[in-house]
Amino acid sequence: MIETRDLAVTIGASRLLDHVDLRLAQGRITGLVGESGSGKSMTALAIMGLLPPHARVSGQVLLDGLNLLALPERAMCAVRGRRIGMIFQEPMTALNPLMRIGDQVAEVLRIHHRMDRQAALARARERLDRVGLAEPRFPLTLYPHELSGGQRQRVAIALAIAERPELLIADEPTTALDVTTQAQILTLLRGLVRDEEMGLLLITHDLAVVAGLADDVAVMRSGEIVEAGPTEALFRRRGHPYTRQLFAASRHVPARIAAGPGPGLDSRPPLLRIEDAARVFRLPGGRSLRAVDGVSLTIAHGESVGLVGESGCGKSTLTRAILGLDPLQAGSIRLNGMQVSAGNRMPHALRAQMQVVFQDPFGSFDPRWRVARLLCEPFHLTGRPPDWRARLDAALSEVGLSPEDAGKYIHEFSGGQRQRLAIARALIIRPALIVLDEAVSALDVRVRAQVLDLLVRLRRDHGLAYLFISHDLSVVRGIADRVLVMERGRIVEDGPAAQVIDAPQAEATRRLVAAMPRIPEGWIGPEQGEAASG
Amino acid sequence: MRAGMILGAGLAGLALLAAALSLVWTPHDITQMAIAQRLQPPSAVHPFGTDQFGRDILSMAMLGARVSIAVALVAVGIGMGAGVPLGLIAAAHRGGWIDELVMRGNDLVFAFPSLVIAILITAVFGPSAINAIIAIGIFNIPVFARVTRGGALPIWTLDYVRAAEVAGKGRALISLQHILPNIANLLIVQGTIQFSLGILAEAGLSYVGLGAQPPTPSWGRMLAEAQTLVTLAPHVAIIPGLCIVLTVLGLNLLGDGLRDALDPRLKTLR
Repeated sequence: MIETRDLAVTIGASRLLDHVDLRLAQGRITGLVGESGSGKSMTALAIMGLLPPHARVSGQVLLDGLNLLALPERAMCAVRGRRIGMIFQEPMTALNPLMRIGDQVAEVLRIHHRMDRQAALARARERLDRVGLAEPRFPLTLYPHELSGGQRQRVAIALAIAERPELLIADEPTTALDVTTQAQILTLLRGLVRDEEMGLLLITHDLAVVAGLADDVAVMRSGEIVEAGPTEALFRRRGHPYTRQLFAASRHVPARIAAGPGPGLDSRPPLLRIEDAARVFRLPGGRSLRAVDGVSLTIAHGESVGLVGESGCGKSTLTRAILGLDPLQAGSIRLNGMQVSAGNRMPHALRAQMQVVFQDPFGSFDPRWRVARLLCEPFHLTGRPPDWRARLDAALSEVGLSPEDAGKYIHEFSGGQRQRLAIARALIIRPALIVLDEAVSALDVRVRAQVLDLLVRLRRDHGLAYLFISHDLSVVRGIADRVLVMERGRIVEDGPAAQVIDAPQAEATRRLVAAMPRIPEGWIGPEQGEAASG
Repeated sequence: MRAGMILGAGLAGLALLAAALSLVWTPHDITQMAIAQRLQPPSAVHPFGTDQFGRDILSMAMLGARVSIAVALVAVGIGMGAGVPLGLIAAAHRGGWIDELVMRGNDLVFAFPSLVIAILITAVFGPSAINAIIAIGIFNIPVFARVTRGGALPIWTLDYVRAAEVAGKGRALISLQHILPNIANLLIVQGTIQFSLGILAEAGLSYVGLGAQPPTPSWGRMLAEAQTLVTLAPHVAIIPGLCIVLTVLGLNLLGDGLRDALDPRLKTLR
């Protein structure tokens, strides 16, 4: 049983945590929900005694009555990993790439017990079996790069539970994974809590994940817990305004618009027409991988199309081909009737009809350029018009930023603002099609709701067509007229968004729909339909 | 951090100033020998004392700074001028045959110990400051090519490069506008390291008689000549040694400071 009492953390003059009281009982799952910067991860680090060196901490973290904050580092080392385990968001970097997975799990056991290598490896085998990585497909001798993201996260979980800790802290354990993998990992965590009598502190920004999994929920904002209680009661009551805002934002669906004459009524030929596109990678050993395998699709002028699939289904590869970054081995992509080709052969005038918004708001901008120069980069395609300054100001105000922001560097903006800037950059040359590659996946729920509203408004005002790529159907539902589902390089389903989600036909679609985390309809109550704030 | 940079700039600036001043004025004429004045300890007339021929060591050190700095500067210039474009080209064509060609060429140059080749070059073409510059410069090329390519590769995977590609920019333009500014800090730090290594290499070559030739003084030659006198008149060796140490230290501090000052991300954190 772990309890924090009046936990507070300050760094310099800023108070990052204040009055944090949590009770984490064995066999129970506690969800800690909040937006980025709310102090969720800081709470986890404070419990683990892993705060940055200049942080000052007060209050108590009690492990069966023993105050961990008062323990010397040596004693804390015996607690960490043994009585409290932790898993992190990014499975790609949480494992040592040069160590076999068996050795990594065994290392934990050997540190705490001076177990000999064979005994530790036997225990590691048993733990890896428990997290679903059984022999013979997953021998102990595998290296992390031989595993997928979800499998690596399983190894990280095996590491964390190797010592059968009383508490497992999971910090956004599924945020970097696609929805179907997320569902599997969450099921695994739930089973572990039940079987091993372990407490679980599940840190996430996703209310739907918590709704399906946690026994108790604490909602955190600016370092304070604003509301806490049993999950269902808290979701039904939504006592605190902030909880209500989060709740509304996570269920937010932008108002439907009728852009263009509607499907089938547009007499113009389609804006984008892909026919039998194939992208083949040659693998070592003479084999080949058909990442995109005979894909045909069309997007009408002003139409918003969602492209959904699990990671590795070929949607990113297809996107690169559409953007004219990679060549196709067969088939054709036509934009407004003109052939899209990779590299310098593609005419600038054709490129100018298409722009892109990427997922990662932090990697999308050169940190050494000011906003004005960043946003004007697409003018390379069209030549800088004489009224570029006015166009820049207009693009900035259109996405809800001020023209004064043009002189700033990108690090001065938050994730949500950066994504707005990315949209402004895509808009500035007034393309006909914007490709949104997981464009809202990295954003907090309230920011996501705002960006989705913005996208809908821009589409209405400019008659834009969107190709919205995501692994998550629930995001696409809000913005796409039509949804395409992709699996193993092929389009397996194509239909209106509501129909695809409510009556999925293909096996892959059914899997995606089943994996969508959702808040039970019965909990929503009379406040259904309330608008997202801001 | 700030204090380190100011100290570094001060030390490097002092060496530059001494070198520049020696073009027009030195306290004494170093071609005039005065055997009666030899090996004098520091005094009012000769602030750093005199050497075995009675020449003023301050004047010699000022003239030596000129040779040392010129050699190192030009050598770094050669290395950067050829190495950075090579590295950028290799990174832009990563995985292709151009990349392979450039990097294997680098390995070839790397395979020879630099000072041995420098000795070879000066042995073939005759010892002179110019040949020392060329020898040191050639060995800077693969260093810069490698650092440039290594820094550029991860940047090529970032989304802002993708955005530039979508904006129709070619590899050359992206290398110039996005890659180069983002690896500038690496290059500046490497530049100051190579600069100080250049000073040391020149000192080494001159020490074995393959660098600057008499009567042109350089810090390395001054050290070489003072070798036999260390017990008799230690200041003759200490002064050029100190010049080398302080200049190299100053350059390294300056490089660190510049790297931070040029990064807009660190500017607002201060």
